[in-house]
Amino acid sequence: MIKKLADLHVGQSGTIKELHGHGNIMHRLIDMGVVPGTKVNVLKFAPLGDPVEIKVKNFNLSLRMSEAKTIDVMVEG
Amino acid sequence: MADNHEKIIRIALAGNPNCGKTTIFNNITGAKQHVGNYAGVTVEKKEGTRNFEGYRLDFIDLPGTYSLTARSLDELVARNVIVNDNPDLIMNVLDESNLERNLYLAAQLIELEKPMVIALNMDDVAKEMGVDLDLDKMAELTGATIVPTVGRNNEGTDDLLRATIKVAQAGQPTKAKIDYGSNIEPAIAELQAELEEIANLHYPLRWVAVKLLENDADVVKKVKALSGTEGILAKAQGMRKTLGVTDDMDVIFQEKRHEFAVQVFNAVLRKPIDAGLTRSDKIDKIITNRWLGLPIFALVMYLLFNFVNLVGSYPQDWLADCVTLLGDWVSTVMPEGQLQSLIVNGVIAGVGAVLSFIPLIILLFMGISFLEDTGYMARAAFVIDRIMRSCGLHGKSFIPLILGFGCSIPGIMGARILDNRKDRMVTILVMQLMSCSARLPIYTLFAAAFFTPAQGGTVLFSVYFAGIILAVIMAIVFRKTLFKGEAEPFVMEMPPYHMPTLKSVLMHMWERAVLYLKKAGTFILAASILVWFLVSYPQNVQYSQDYDGASEQINQIYEEKDAAIMNHFGFTAKEQQDKIMNLVDQMNTIAADQEEDDQSEDTDEDAAEASQDADEATKIADEGNVAATDIVATAKKVTPQESIARAQKEEVPDYLTDLKEGNKANFDAAWAVYVNDQDKDTFLKKLDGDKNAEKIGQSYAARFGQFVEPIMRPLGFDWKMSLSLVAAMAAKEVMVSTLGTIYAVEADEDHESSLAQYLHSDPDFTPLIAVCLMVFVLIYPPCIAAMAVFKREAGSWGWLAFFIVYATVLAWVVAWIVRQVGLLLGFQ
Repeated sequence: MIKKLADLHVGQSGTIKELHGHGNIMHRLIDMGVVPGTKVNVLKFAPLGDPVEIKVKNFNLSLRMSEAKTIDVMVEG
Repeated sequence: MADNHEKIIRIALAGNPNCGKTTIFNNITGAKQHVGNYAGVTVEKKEGTRNFEGYRLDFIDLPGTYSLTARSLDELVARNVIVNDNPDLIMNVLDESNLERNLYLAAQLIELEKPMVIALNMDDVAKEMGVDLDLDKMAELTGATIVPTVGRNNEGTDDLLRATIKVAQAGQPTKAKIDYGSNIEPAIAELQAELEEIANLHYPLRWVAVKLLENDADVVKKVKALSGTEGILAKAQGMRKTLGVTDDMDVIFQEKRHEFAVQVFNAVLRKPIDAGLTRSDKIDKIITNRWLGLPIFALVMYLLFNFVNLVGSYPQDWLADCVTLLGDWVSTVMPEGQLQSLIVNGVIAGVGAVLSFIPLIILLFMGISFLEDTGYMARAAFVIDRIMRSCGLHGKSFIPLILGFGCSIPGIMGARILDNRKDRMVTILVMQLMSCSARLPIYTLFAAAFFTPAQGGTVLFSVYFAGIILAVIMAIVFRKTLFKGEAEPFVMEMPPYHMPTLKSVLMHMWERAVLYLKKAGTFILAASILVWFLVSYPQNVQYSQDYDGASEQINQIYEEKDAAIMNHFGFTAKEQQDKIMNLVDQMNTIAADQEEDDQSEDTDEDAAEASQDADEATKIADEGNVAATDIVATAKKVTPQESIARAQKEEVPDYLTDLKEGNKANFDAAWAVYVNDQDKDTFLKKLDGDKNAEKIGQSYAARFGQFVEPIMRPLGFDWKMSLSLVAAMAAKEVMVSTLGTIYAVEADEDHESSLAQYLHSDPDFTPLIAVCLMVFVLIYPPCIAAMAVFKREAGSWGWLAFFIVYATVLAWVVAWIVRQVGLLLGFQ
């Protein structure tokens, strides 16, 4: 099932399918390892619900929900 | 510089943020470092040198980046150093415990076709995680020489240097290649062949071909600048279109580099890593927890603030005391005059101003590097980002801004933690709205003068709160106007928690302190001298009254009165009288010491005491404009008998009882003279104060105040207030003592109460004007030291000029609005 990264809940994981963003932000995400085919795991949301912290390529990355909404993830199970 | 080593190797040190690159750089070069900026940009440039086994190794530490695109200034600078400065080799530091992502940068470095050494850092952490690598395989796939290191423990540094020399001697560029796939590779080859025809293209050709297909803004610009390249550029654009049918040309290159990184990673990994939660993740579950995250953040901020401002205030005071002592000493050894005044009040006071911020800066960078090295900084930004974003700022901006409440200087310097220039500029432009602690004495002075203690608290709070609201508004305005455009994406690595090493914290701290002294120190010194000059010149003032003559008369009157008192007690002989005067001198010394001890205690008591037994002398001292001749007349009016009567009434203070016991016979006479002389001191002080007030009233600063009076009139400010605002540029707390001088009332930070009473009775001052003045002080440009640091951090005089104009205009406009609203509400 394909979901937006922003809609995953804590502990859920999946594989990045597609990025719908554009410009600097999308390039930056890809530079940081958010690239289709990569496994992603949602670690937590900040106390105020935004940003979100994920694990990709074995390291931790935080991004804002506005960006997380542009990332499609194939969720397992 | 003379050097015995002939063989020089130039090395560019590259790596991701948080990979331990700086630690390795410090391990290699030690104290032989130089910090500056890259030409024309505010990206920091660090260089260092190391002599090793007959070679001189010149290192340039590139900004830590995740990639090498033209989209970020740091990345562009890093890559331009490599392609333009042509170092002999690249030393790439890789975090072994985070290898897959680190290899992505390595892939881009490989494309630059330089000899390469890889420092496989954090070897210990990686081993602990169970990372087991085939280093031979890695060397083969990357074309680099691999050396495992543990930067924290300085392990592997010598091996790394030996490998560096060996690789530099061989001079072989890496043979590794990133494979962009069967679709794109032919296009790269075709472009590369055509690029060979272009003269003066000194970059790796395959790299240029790839960058043209990637539509890299900087490379396209550079190729365009060469003659005969129109065809190639057009061809590259055409290829982008045709290839774009099957591949997304905007991202395919990035994806392929990631593919390369994944391939290398999988090939060198001997056994899979356990991908479960790390120890760091477990710590993080508590620290950035939904419920505890914000309270922990608040606690850390509270501790940092107090660490910098409270702990810093002690050495700051000690330094200030030392500077005062030095000034006093110079005053005693140098003959009085203009040169003495220049040295003591200009130079030494200026040096004092420079030095007084050093403790704050040292503690600030100790705190910041601790937070950064532990990894909490990223968490702090994570926790507070939601709030900061609403005013267009980055989560990390919160930290410098909160520091600004203590002192703007650590605040402005602390803005360096922001990677993005736009964020940094917006943050330092609103910094002065975070009311620094030096402005507190000004607020409390006006609050005490015009409001009840309860109202005063509200006024004080409102001023601080207004500052925060204005900062939010101005940040949004700046974001929407001067610094608009796409915001820096908040895509931030959360590095694993580390225990920082003492060495790295100390080095960071030392580096910043030196930088501050070198870059801002000279400016602050020069500007302090300028303000001193404006306030104390011209020297040869035409006084309206003969103050010196009056002082002489008073001295004479009191000499006669003292003699009369001693005669009254029956001491008529010269040697008897000398003895008594000697005793009076002792009393004065003891009393002065006592006063010094009492200074820390509440001084309002003194004021109350003084007004209670208001004799003629104190009455006159509290009045504003009294003719010098009237003062002399009053001095004459008080008879010796009155002084004797007062001395009998007044209780001898405790600190004089020892003296009394020892000199029973002479004490009563000496005490009466002492009491009598206190009046003399009051009169003399009054004359001196009036003289100084007249002098500062004719100073250049006062002339400036008069000059701008028409502009400040709508705010209700007269030239005296403008003058005090000018003087406060040296340091905000100076405003209180300057007002004291202008109104000839003794006042400094510790003795505000009499000035407050005086201001209260001044018809030119009203509560509304006081509020407007507080608002103005809140917003107008900060002290010179802060401006010097601002200039250094913003990078140009133009920005400083903009800052001064914007802050002054904003201060005027807001104060004007406050006044108009106040007038409408019926205040005066």
